[in-house]
Amino acid sequence: MAIGSEQVLHIAALARLELGAAEIAEMQRDLGAILDYVEQLRGLDVADVEPMTHAATLATPLRDDAVVTPPGAAALANAPARAGDLVAVPRFLE
Amino acid sequence: MTSLDDLSLTEAAALLERRALTSRELTAACLARAEQRRSLNSVIALLADRAMVEAEDSDRRRAAGAARGPLDGIPLGVKDNILLAGVPATAGSNILRRHVAAYDATAVERLRRAGAVLLAKLNLDEFGMGSSNENSAFGPCRNPWDESRTPGGSSGGAAAAVAAGLCLGCLGTDTGGSIRQPAAFCGVSGLRPTYGRVSRYGVIAFASSLDQVGPLGRSAGDVALLMNAIAGHDPRDSTSAPRPVPDFAAAIGRGVRGLRVGLPREYFELGGCTADVAAAVRDAIAVLEAAGARVSEIALPHTRYAIACYYLIATAEASSNLARYDGVRYGDRVDPGRGLAELYLATRGQGFGAEVKRRILLGTFVLSAGYYDAYYRRAQQVRTLISRDFEQAFAAVDVIAAPIAPTPAFALGEKTADPLTMYLSDIFTISVNLGGVCGMSVPCGLSAGPRPLPIGLQLIGRPFDEESVLAAAGALQEATDWHRRRPPEGGSGRP
Repeated sequence: MAIGSEQVLHIAALARLELGAAEIAEMQRDLGAILDYVEQLRGLDVADVEPMTHAATLATPLRDDAVVTPPGAAALANAPARAGDLVAVPRFLE
Repeated sequence: MTSLDDLSLTEAAALLERRALTSRELTAACLARAEQRRSLNSVIALLADRAMVEAEDSDRRRAAGAARGPLDGIPLGVKDNILLAGVPATAGSNILRRHVAAYDATAVERLRRAGAVLLAKLNLDEFGMGSSNENSAFGPCRNPWDESRTPGGSSGGAAAAVAAGLCLGCLGTDTGGSIRQPAAFCGVSGLRPTYGRVSRYGVIAFASSLDQVGPLGRSAGDVALLMNAIAGHDPRDSTSAPRPVPDFAAAIGRGVRGLRVGLPREYFELGGCTADVAAAVRDAIAVLEAAGARVSEIALPHTRYAIACYYLIATAEASSNLARYDGVRYGDRVDPGRGLAELYLATRGQGFGAEVKRRILLGTFVLSAGYYDAYYRRAQQVRTLISRDFEQAFAAVDVIAAPIAPTPAFALGEKTADPLTMYLSDIFTISVNLGGVCGMSVPCGLSAGPRPLPIGLQLIGRPFDEESVLAAAGALQEATDWHRRRPPEGGSGRP
């Protein structure tokens, strides 16, 4: 399936990925080739086949409703920008 | 005594127990080996100081008669997408280059509890996405048998480290073959346990319905000892199975008398195996037959659809899992100073490598409005068919035997120009992950030529029947010595 550069840009915007001009061309070519390859799945009759969503067949397990303290300081140490005990981000509301 | 570099985990454990060796000596030898084989680029972080402290602790325990079992004092490595508290966990990505793990993965915690010495974080394809370890932000790892070749991927560093004697075993992860294929390419043994057998808590997610942690070692027995430590239910991973854990090591000597072994005709017809691979696999199956296994042909008719099915499901899951790398809570941030939306775009655009971007884009596409049913849902339906193939096959046989890859290790750079060519090399490993069964790679031969390369036999078992797989692997290793072959010294293949 051929994929246009606008379509690559649309998907990249959905995925929040900045792409350079060369990358757009490369992804257009690669995604087109991969989508051509997966076309073969269309040859299978799957009308009555349930989708397999997971390898585990477990019911959702429940755990005790107990407070577990996350590794606060160690986790916060990985934040790229902090303001005190908070993660800092650029202003996004005016 | 053989050289420390050549010891298997099982042999080293026996020497430690007899007090013929200390963990300190063993760990120092592994660290020296890591220095000696730096050209492999198998290590992302060498934890030399910590490892020596852990080794001394182990020796003290042993001296006090309080050793914790066969893994106590054994130097092991961990693929760098598995968390080890206080140590960088990069997943081979620039975006996590400065990320330090805040806690231990469950599998790591269990190895610690067993007394293991954790000595290195090992190279991998970025987030586990690749079949050659060439997608690492830390540069490609090289195959110890021939440094002009790939060790396989994505657990390339782990397989190379075990093969070259940097450690006596490793933890890897396998989403589409990432333990088994590098194990085969480097001539070591590697088990991808059944989904749910080992906790994924503390493992950096790639595709959550396919990812599984498993061991690599120098023999099936070594792999079994590692499984004994890491397997079992973990309340912190809701997909880990609340099932009893057998003694995997006991399965090794069980033999294969009466074991029904199936040969999937599609694997031998479709994959275009080289003559060397086909012959080595056939010979290994003959060895199992001579040891009492009953061999018959079986069908896995949807095998040809597995790669297409996998690259739709795995990329969809990856696009969702990797949404968390947004430059806010952890990972590197690139802030062009034009607000939060631009921060996300720039952080992700600059933080991820080309293959990860490709997979995020493909996954985003197949989940997007208008394409979901045609691609993602259809792939999940095909996954059901692949899973049913295994159910039907396992009604007639106990273990399936097949090649791991159509060729021995390919050359660095050979498949990087075309991503699809790289994907196609996964043809024999991917169905195991889709079907939720277990699979193992064991060395079964060497290719011909001036620089022989290892060849792996794949053994596939029913869900939660790793024991039959290990029994077959043990029988093969009882009758052959392929697993004892070591790569030539000095890294052949480079000028």
